[in-house]
Order: sequence, then C-alpha cells, then structure tokens
Amino acid sequence: MISTAVTDLWYGFGVALEPHNLMYCFLGVLVGNLVGVLPGMGPVATISILLPLTFGMQPVPAILMLSGVYYGAQYGGAICSILLNLPCHPPHAVTCLDGFPLTKQGKGGTALGITIIAAFIGASFGITEMIFLAPFLVKMALEFGPAEVSTLMLVGLLAGSTLAKGSPLKGIAMTVLGLLVGFVGSDIETGQPRFTFGITELYDGVEIIALALGLFGIAEFINSINNTDTVDMKYARVGISDMFPSKADLKLAFWPMIRGTLLGSLCALIPGTGPTIASFVSYATEKKISKTPERFGHGAIEGVACPEASTHSSVQGDFIPTMSLGIPGDTVMALLLGALIIHGIVPGPQLISEHADIFWGLIASFWIGNILLVILNVPMIGLWVKLLSIPYRYLYPSAIFFVCIGVYAANNDMFQVGETLAIGVAGYVLLRLDFHPAPILLGFVLGPRFEENFRRSLLISRGDLMTFIEHPISAFFLMICVLLIAAQIYVWLRKPKVLAGEEPTGPESPTTRYSELAG
Amino acid sequence: MLLVGAGAAVTGSGYKIGSLAKMGPGFMPVMLGIVLAFLGILIAGTALGSPKTNDTTFLPDHPQWFGWLCILGGPILFIILGQYGGMIPAVFVCVFVCAIGDKTATYKSSAMLAAGVTLFGVLLFHYLLSIPFPLLRGVNL
Repeated sequence: MISTAVTDLWYGFGVALEPHNLMYCFLGVLVGNLVGVLPGMGPVATISILLPLTFGMQPVPAILMLSGVYYGAQYGGAICSILLNLPCHPPHAVTCLDGFPLTKQGKGGTALGITIIAAFIGASFGITEMIFLAPFLVKMALEFGPAEVSTLMLVGLLAGSTLAKGSPLKGIAMTVLGLLVGFVGSDIETGQPRFTFGITELYDGVEIIALALGLFGIAEFINSINNTDTVDMKYARVGISDMFPSKADLKLAFWPMIRGTLLGSLCALIPGTGPTIASFVSYATEKKISKTPERFGHGAIEGVACPEASTHSSVQGDFIPTMSLGIPGDTVMALLLGALIIHGIVPGPQLISEHADIFWGLIASFWIGNILLVILNVPMIGLWVKLLSIPYRYLYPSAIFFVCIGVYAANNDMFQVGETLAIGVAGYVLLRLDFHPAPILLGFVLGPRFEENFRRSLLISRGDLMTFIEHPISAFFLMICVLLIAAQIYVWLRKPKVLAGEEPTGPESPTTRYSELAG
Repeated sequence: MLLVGAGAAVTGSGYKIGSLAKMGPGFMPVMLGIVLAFLGILIAGTALGSPKTNDTTFLPDHPQWFGWLCILGGPILFIILGQYGGMIPAVFVCVFVCAIGDKTATYKSSAMLAAGVTLFGVLLFHYLLSIPFPLLRGVNL
C-alpha cells in the first residue's frame, strides 16, 4: 500500500509541477496569503469571487488554485492576529491570545517564525494523513449503494449544521433551507420546474456563485460597513532577522506543535469540525497540561505554536472527506465541491480513480504550496505587514466590483447579479436574526445529490423505508445521526447548569466577523 | 423576541413551499418543508420558553442606512448601466457609489478609487480574460 501511495504521489508531483499548474498554485497561495492578511476579506468570499474566473481553465489548475487560496489564507491570517490582535480568520482567534502579548513584548517576529514552522509541520502531517487515509476510505466507499450514500450525506449535513457555531437548531434550519434552495430549478427525473415562481432564469437552478457571493460577499459588506475598527499599527514592525526563533523557544514549542498537529488531524476527520474548533480545542488542551498555565494569555510561545499547528493540519485534513467521499465538512469545502461539479467532475469515491490527476496533483500541490508559502512569508514579511494598513474603505468597493463582474461573467447574465443582491439582503436579515448562513451552502451543494440518492434507494427498495436500516452501513450512519441529535438534546437540557458553571472561566475570545465563523 | 418572528417567517415559508409542489418531483420539497416548519416552531418555542428576554433589536446599534443604500445601489446601477451603457460606466459608477457609502470617504478619493478599479478591471477582464462585455455599448473600442 505504501509503495502504491508513493508511486501515485510521484505522479501527483508530475502533475503539480507542470508549469501552468505550478503557476496557478502559486497564484492561489499568493492571493490566499493576501486575503488572509487583509482584515475584512475571508477565504470564502475570495474563493467565490475567483470561481467564475476558473471557468475557462482546465479543472486541475482551477482546483489547485482555489485550494491554494484556502490554505494560503491560513498563513496570512496568523500575521494579522499576532501583530494586530485582529482575528481576521476564526481559527486564528486563539492565536491572538498569546500572539499579541508576544508582539507587545517585542517578540512578534519570533511568534511569526514559530507560527510558520508550526504551520508547515501541521500541514505536512495533514497531507500525509490524506495520502494514506483517502484511498482507504475510497475502498470502503466504493461498496456504498444509494442508501449508504444518502445516509452518509445525512450525517455530513447534520454534523455540519450542529457542530458549527451558534444554535444547533438554527443550524439545522439553515441546512434545510439550503437543501430547499438546492431544489430550485428543473426536477432531475421529470424535468418539472420547482420553486421557480415563473421566472425563466431560475429554471437552471440557483447559481452557486450567486448564493456564495450573496451570503458571504454582499451580506458581509452590509454588515461591516462603517463598522470596522481602526487598525493599530504601532507594534507591527517586523524584519526578517526577528523571525528566527531562539533554541529555547523552539524547544518550548516543539511538543505543543506535535500535540496540536495530532489534535488538528483528528478534528479534520470529524465532519463539521473544521480548523476553528481544532485550534480552540488544542489551545485548551495545551493550557491544561502545561506546568505553567498562568503564562498562557501573557505571551506563551506554546500558545501560538499549538493552535497554529492544529489549524494547519486540520485545514489539510479537511480535504479528506471532501475528496474521497464527496461530503464537504465546511463552507470552503462545499464551495470547492461546487467548483468540481461546475468543471463536470462528479465528486464521490470514484473521483480518485477516475480523476487521479486532480486528486494526486492536489496533494502534491499542497506540499509545493506550503513550501511556496514559507518562502513567501519569511523574506516578504515586511510587505505583508504593510498590506495590513490598507483601509477597508478601499477594499470593499473593489470587492463589490469583483462580485458583480464575477457573477456576470459566469453566465453573461445580468439577472444573476440581481439574484446575488437579493440573496445578500436575505443573508443579512438571517444574520441579524442570529442564523449563521454557512450551513445553507452546505445544504445547497449536497441537496440535489442527496435527493437523487434518496429517491434512487427508495426506487430500488420499492418504496420500503426499511432499506436504510437493513443495510448495515447505512444503519450505522443513521445511528450516528441519532446520536448526534441525542447529544445536542442532552447538551441543551443541561445548558442552564453548564452556562452558570463555566461561563466565567471560558477564554475571552475576541469577536470575529460572522462570515469567518463559517470557514 | 424577534426570534419568534423569525420562527414564524421560517414556518410560513416552509408551509407555502411545501404545499406548492406536487407529489413525485415535489416529494422531497414537501418533506423538507414540513421539517423546516417543525424547526421553525421549535425555534420559536425555545425563544418563548427562555426566561431571558433578549432585548436585541433587529437593527444594529448604529444603522448605516446610507452605507447600506450605497452597497445595494452600486450593484443595481451596475446591472442597469451594464445592460445599457457597457462595462466602463457600469464599473465606475458601481465602485464610486459603493465607496461613498463609507463615512470617511470623500468624493475625490472615491472617484480616484473608482477610476483605478475601472482601469484594472478593464485590463483584467476585457483584455486578459476577454469576457464578452462591451466596454461601451454602441462604441467599438
């Protein structure tokens, strides 16, 4: 098994090192790093803006570039949170706790250096995990019939909506809403238009780009206009020479990095728990097992190393269920899945065997991309820091322009720009009502395929619902669903006590902008 | 207590959507509509049941009517001007209108930003990616 993995990986490097693939990978991580640094721009919005631009491209470079944006943004986000105490991206909210005190002590450079090392270790482990785990999962998944696939999707949807931030009940409601939005358009089997309200443009369904850009672009701009904090740049002066951590710091940070990496890769495997949860969990663990927990929050280097390592390992691990099973774990993955579908690639277990170039090329590009990011970040740190001072008032109008033209260019259709606007306003209303829009996208991407498999399995069983219980694997998935719901009800019933007991001790996390909660 | 309203809205739309579709192709939508309606009731129930009355209003503390208007107005103008005027006026007006939504922005800085973005956009989208979107309708550039 190892030898086949190595040959496949070798092939992947061959794909990823093709000049134009390499170029797009570089472009992806560069853009990702850029938006990671800029406060107020997230990877979700960026990927949706870039998505229409990839229509003319081959699928391989398109996917390499879009994924590059995702993990590139994680590198950039660390800079922002350590130097400015601004958690631009939620996984890095924890990094602020110790990163900013370090910056105040004049050790911001060291913290960044440690971050980059931790990131690289975490990412490498996540990639290795993907190399060995994904083919294994695929072998299992190839046995799946429609009954198993639909119950597996149910698990993914439930986990994605309940484990994310905010009320689980509202999360599920949003997922269902997303599923319903996914049904807009012609019915796959009979061709009957559904929910089109007589609008011809809706017969093809709601465009994923319009949905994503409406929810995470327009809605966020509405939310954050005249609402952003002024950036305090007084500590943000870092040169290359400050970046190399001392031996003592490295020694302190080594084990936390390893622990963070392992925790992160574990979190990546549970659908719905992305990098954000991974970094919070690992920070809490590190604090608990540390001999000097009082140092945390006042500039402990472990408090930077551990969450960063776990963020990056779970970012890479996130790709495992998406690529091997076709079940996205979070919003970014849902978007990437959408990108695959747009490029005519059916996600699912057959992806690795049918589109080996995409899968192994992607894995190889992760490594290349991470190395590129280290190269980009170490010597050019000064430039990134300068970028932090771009004010939001220049950013968002340009971003809106990209939104407009991106949506238009997707189909050369002005109707979609209007659609995006309408979705954006709806998204803002939902946001004000405390509904997080991230599960909508999850439901939207999975919706049509869920329906297809559900109907097919009922067709095979002649309308007998027992089919889902008679197949052992799908029964197992259903059990997980029941457990998930039961756990939520349990937590909900206990909540009054838990809140009273634990609220004061919870870490004071800086507020994050909502759309970032999704990624 | 806004959550109640939200619950009701979700419920309402759930039912409407559910009963609208026919059986067969409409089977899943009906089912999900019912689920959504049920969830709406649950959400409303928990909102009513919790003793804490949250006095959060629907509008944020400082409503930015002008900013919102600008953000929405930009793309609307983009649609109109894009349809009848072409890419250059559409992009310029869209960015300009969006930019003046910010409190600190001046007309001059917005115009400069809009000009810059227009130039960049034309170069990238028209010449590099060559999307079919005439720079100026009626004028052959």
